[in-house]
Parts: sequence; C-alpha cells; structure tokens
Amino acid sequence: MKTSTLVATLALALSLPALAQQQLTVVNFGGANANAQKKAFYEPFEKTGTKVVAVEYNGEQAKIKVMVDTKNVTWDVVEVESPDVARGCDEGLFEKLDYAKIGNKADFVPAAVTDCGIGIFVWSTVMAYNGDKLKVGPKTWADFWDVKKFPGKRGMRKGARYNLEFALMADGVKPADVYKTLATKEGADRAFKKLGELKSSIQWWEAGAQPPQFLVAGDVVMTTVYNGRIDAANREGKNLVIGWTGGIYDLDYWVIPKGDPNKDAALKFIAFASTPSAQAEYAKNIAYGPTNTKALAKLDAKTLSNLPTAPANAKDALQFNLKFWADQGEDLEKRFASWATN
Amino acid sequence: MSSSLAAKLPQDADPLGLRRQLARADRRRKWRAFALTLPLLVFLLLTFLVPIAALLKRAVENPEVANALPRTVVELRAWQRQDVPAPEAFAALVRDLGALTDSSYAGALARRLNSEAPGARSLIMTTYRALPLEGTDAASPPALFKERLLALDARWGQTKYWEAIAKNGSRWTPDYLLTAVDLRRDPQGSIERVDPGQRVFGAILLRTFGISALVTLWCLVLGYPLAYWLSTLPARRANVLMILVLVPFWTSILVRVAAWIVLLQSEGLVNHALMGLHLIDQPLALLFNRTGVVIAMTHILLPFMILPLYSVMAGVPPTYLRAAVSLGSPPLAAFVRVYVPQTYPGIGAGALLVFILSIGYYVTPALLGGPSDQMLSYYIAQYTNVTVNWGMACALGALLLAATLVLYATYRRVTKTELSLG
Repeated sequence: MKTSTLVATLALALSLPALAQQQLTVVNFGGANANAQKKAFYEPFEKTGTKVVAVEYNGEQAKIKVMVDTKNVTWDVVEVESPDVARGCDEGLFEKLDYAKIGNKADFVPAAVTDCGIGIFVWSTVMAYNGDKLKVGPKTWADFWDVKKFPGKRGMRKGARYNLEFALMADGVKPADVYKTLATKEGADRAFKKLGELKSSIQWWEAGAQPPQFLVAGDVVMTTVYNGRIDAANREGKNLVIGWTGGIYDLDYWVIPKGDPNKDAALKFIAFASTPSAQAEYAKNIAYGPTNTKALAKLDAKTLSNLPTAPANAKDALQFNLKFWADQGEDLEKRFASWATN
Repeated sequence: MSSSLAAKLPQDADPLGLRRQLARADRRRKWRAFALTLPLLVFLLLTFLVPIAALLKRAVENPEVANALPRTVVELRAWQRQDVPAPEAFAALVRDLGALTDSSYAGALARRLNSEAPGARSLIMTTYRALPLEGTDAASPPALFKERLLALDARWGQTKYWEAIAKNGSRWTPDYLLTAVDLRRDPQGSIERVDPGQRVFGAILLRTFGISALVTLWCLVLGYPLAYWLSTLPARRANVLMILVLVPFWTSILVRVAAWIVLLQSEGLVNHALMGLHLIDQPLALLFNRTGVVIAMTHILLPFMILPLYSVMAGVPPTYLRAAVSLGSPPLAAFVRVYVPQTYPGIGAGALLVFILSIGYYVTPALLGGPSDQMLSYYIAQYTNVTVNWGMACALGALLLAATLVLYATYRRVTKTELSLG
C-alpha cells in the first residue's frame, strides 16, 4: 500500500469516532412499541441535531453484560424490563442516573424512579379475546380457566412469570394476597396445580406480537397479551377486546450501559423522552400509560380510557412484584421448565 | 522407505552416515509439511480448542463468594451447619461486605447465592446498602454485629443462606455440572438427587435424544429410497435432481422454519388441503407441538442423510444385486440381504451426522415447538441470555459436548471404522 493511501485510511479511521458522536444508539423491544417510540421520541429528538439509530432486541441482558465486561459499549440507551433494572443496577451493568439532568422526581409515578433506570411507560399483561368470534367474553381469570364455558385453546406466555399469578387469581386468591400466597411453598404448589388444570389447552407464546396473531388467526379463543399489542391490532381494524380484571401492570425503563462513551447525549435523550409532551405523544401512538404524570393532562378522554393507568382499568389490577421475582424467579422458572416437561 | 533406498546403494563406504542423511532429509520434509498445516492448526486452536477449554473452565469456576467474602468463608469452616453460626461469622460478613470496593461485586455475590438459596439476592443487597450498621465500628464485639444483622433482616437467622455461603467458599465447584444432571450436594457435602419438582435436565436430555432419534429415523426412511433412486439414474439426471436436494439445503434455516409456520398453522395450506379433501373435519394441531418440530427438522436435515447415502450407493456395483437375483433370490430378499449391507457405511455416517446435528438444534424447536418440545440448547440459550447464569450454561454445554463425544466413540466401537462422509 502506498504511503499516501495509508495516511488517508488512517485519517478516515481516526475521524470515525468523531462522526459516531453525532449519533445515538437506542435499543428497544421492536414491534408496535418501537413504532410508537419512533414517532414520539426518536424523530422529534433528531431535530435537536443528534441522529438516533434504533436497534431491536429481545431483552437479552447477556449482550449488555458482554459490552460492559469488554469495555466496548456500543448501545447508548437501552429499554429494559423491570426485573433487569434492579438486577443490572446491583451487578454494575448500568450507569447511575443523574436526575438533576432529567427532571423533577416528583413528576413521575413512584415506581418509575430508580437509581439506574427511569420508567418509560406503564404496560399491563391482560386477557383478551376476538370480539368478532366471541360475543360474550371472559370477565375473570376463573372464566379464563373455564374450558366448559369457553371451549378452545388459550394463549399464554411461555414461562412462570405472570402465569402463576393468574393461576392463583383463577383459584380464588384476591389480587392483594397473590404474592403473599406465592411466596409460600403451598402457594407455589397451588399455582402449579391450577396451571396444570389448563395445561392441555394452552398454546404458548414468546414474542409480544404472537398473541394478537393467534387471536386473529383463530388459533386460540382467548389469550394473555401485552395491552398495547391489542391496541395496535385494533388500529389496523381488528375487533379484539381486553379484559382488564386481574391484569398485571409493570414498567419498562431506560438505562445507560456502564462505560457508555456517549453518556451525556444519552442522558439528554432520556430527559427528552421523559418530558410531558413526548410522553403524551407516545401514549397517543400506543396504549401504554405515561410515567410522567403531567402528560395525562395532554391526553383526551378516549386515549386515557385505553391506558392501563386509567382508574377503571387499574381498579382490579395487580402491580408486578419486582422483589419477589428477583428473589424467586430463577427457582420458579426452573420449576416451570420441569412442570412443562412432565 | 529410507532403508530400502539405502539397501540399493551398497558401494557407499559409510551406510550409517547415508542413513542419517536420509533420515535428516526425511525429517526436514515432514517439518515442511507440518509448517504448511500450521496456519490451520493455529486457526483450530484459537477458534475451537481455546473456546471449548474456556467453556469447560467456566463450568467449574466459582469465584464470586471466595472473592467477596474471604473472612466469612474462613469463619464458617468450623461451622457444623446445624444451628445459626457463631457471632464471629456475622462480624466477618459485615467486614467483608463493607470492604467491597464496588457494588457490582455485591451484585455478583447476590446473584450467585440466589441461585443456591432463593431470596439471597434481596438479603445481600439490602444488607450491603444498609452498611455501615448503626452503632457499630471495627472494634465492636461480634455479638453486636449479630444482633444488628438479625434486626436488619431476620432471614440472617436461617441456616440456608449461611449454608449457601459455606458451600461456595471454594474457587472451584462441581455444582453446575451436578445440577446439569439433576444432582446436588447437601450441606454436608454428600451427593444426592434433587427434589422431583426441580428435576428437569435429565428429562430434557432424554427428550433431546428422543427427538433426535425420531428425526434420524424419518430422515433414513425418506432419504434411503431417494438416494437409491438417484444412484440408479444416469449421472446427468442424477445431478439435476441432486440440485433439487441441495437448493433447500442452501436456504436459510429461518426462512424454511417460517415457511413451515405458514404451511402448518391451523388455517394453513396443509390443513386447508386436508379439509378440502374431506379427510378431516377439524384442523389438525401441527404447529407448536412435537409434530411440527419433527416435520421441520426432518426436512432441514434430510440432505445430511441423502448425501453420504448417495455417495456410498454410487460406489456399489449393480452387478452383485443382479448376480443374487440370477442365482434365484427373490428381488426383495436380494435387496435386503445383498444390497443394504453394502450401504451400511452410508447409513452409519448419515445417521450419526443427522443425530449429532439434531441434538444441538435450537431455532427450529424454539419457533415451532411448545415448552415440552424444547431441547437442551434452548436451556443453554436461556441461561446465557436471560438468566445470565453462564456457569450453568457452560455446564449444560459441557454435557452436550460429552454426549456427542460418547456417541462418536460408540459409533467407532460398533462399526470399527472412521466416520466417512463419502
């Protein structure tokens, strides 16, 4: 190679990091949620001069761990589920957030404010059915378990999380007592036994996009589902109906992987996405509740009535117990694998 | 060879010297040949042997507790594991946790202990965050530390958390490997089977072998006649048909799996066709169960059966079969007793190849199966990506590796040949 070419290549290579600083890599869970984020967060934020590169993932924390361990962090802002915020924060995977640069902590719902992550939106795992195929749908988890009244398959998320809570509620446990019961050995046995009653009728799903497809295709008569996915399907002209009773609501969070070279820009993005106007815009695009309470005033009554945070919807709902699953998750998931095998 | 060359040169005065020269030349030649393979050897070492060694090492590595709680581990050595440990152990624990320079060490410790004793995560993290304990300093008596810790979280009065610390005090552990075969060490250190509700990997390993055996059988049943037919055709037509076998083989697995989802779903083409022919009234459940997994895996792995079979069959002279028939054997008996035995090497190679590839399958069962159709690789991925318990993932990987090696050794022992792929 000629010296001049070499110099040119070197110069180009050296200038690449400088170019990279103009852009921010934001990682999300894809699907309808990603589209809403694009409209509410990425596109308006790009007007401030930083290009946003959206990347999709399935919540695998291993990728973040590898980046942090090898000190080669290429993801700047990552959307993670609540169990991973606490776990990753404990294990040093995420930067501690500087709330002075984000906003007033008091503006957010209490669960949204944590050391390493700030809540993006409130979502709920609920039951749903196809209003075109089922005139009278299930109202409670006991109905969901009633295969005589509603014959047919049920879609459920593959794994122990949520399903054990639903099983206990179907067995007559009050939402307020679910986690207390599940923490005992007898309670866990009871949940697995109840889940066993439904086992032959369950069709399992893993990706959030699957359950609405199952409903539309007629593979299942009812399913558990993330509420926003039903909203997205109904925007495309489907007639899917949500039953809010006994739903489990939870938050997704923004985090910054530890050692991120673009930390300042990442914080700016998070601050932007947490403003009332961006949060309201997001809720208009997908029926997930804003974490910034000031955004609620900017929403009309119809949008509000579809959110998991609406009083009518939250009335009989259960808040996901992060601490319980951080402690018992590995054990229960292993037991679930054993249960599914036998 | 060198000795025969030397024997042809009787007039040489010093046969020993010549022999030495020849040996040297021979050695040089061997070194040169070795040098040529060196890049490949280095490549294999770096991309194959080193990662496998690292995987095996991680399956027995256990540094978290030994790094984070050195003093506590020492204090617990004399503990009888009957009652709550002595106050000195409480004091050592507080000192160890207080000495951690970064919260990520506490997080790693919490994760490690939590997989032994559920609940340890929150116990360790609340304790770590509460340090330094109110009203204590380095000079406080151990009993005070015990009192304060129990006041902070009564769970420190349960032996199971202390047992988890004592058990993991060493830097190396057989626990991950034991868990991978549904065994565990009890607090006293003797090995026992885990509770029935937690027994899972034995059944998964059996299931993995069961699905693989079924897929191998179907590949053989479908591939054998096709390979035989191909081997009887003229070369030109056989080549054209071989392309039909190979084109799907070159297509991405994901594409083929997605195509099977479209075909097999309850309103898919297969069910529509069967209902249109009035063979069935209700759509068959072909997806998200064992049927779908076996159908798709058989389709994907079929070329690996056909290619070795075909290459062996192409080398079998048709005259033997004709001779058997002309000597009065019925055609079918001649085929079974004369032809089939000559294709055993192909059957062995094809079956072993399909079986070994099957036991590592991940994407196809993950997309087309239910939770009771997942194979071992699914759980390896689960531990790697979701639970981020890499010790467990590596132990399961080691189990899969061992199963493959045992299979290969058995194959060699039974057939007394090297694996030939044509």
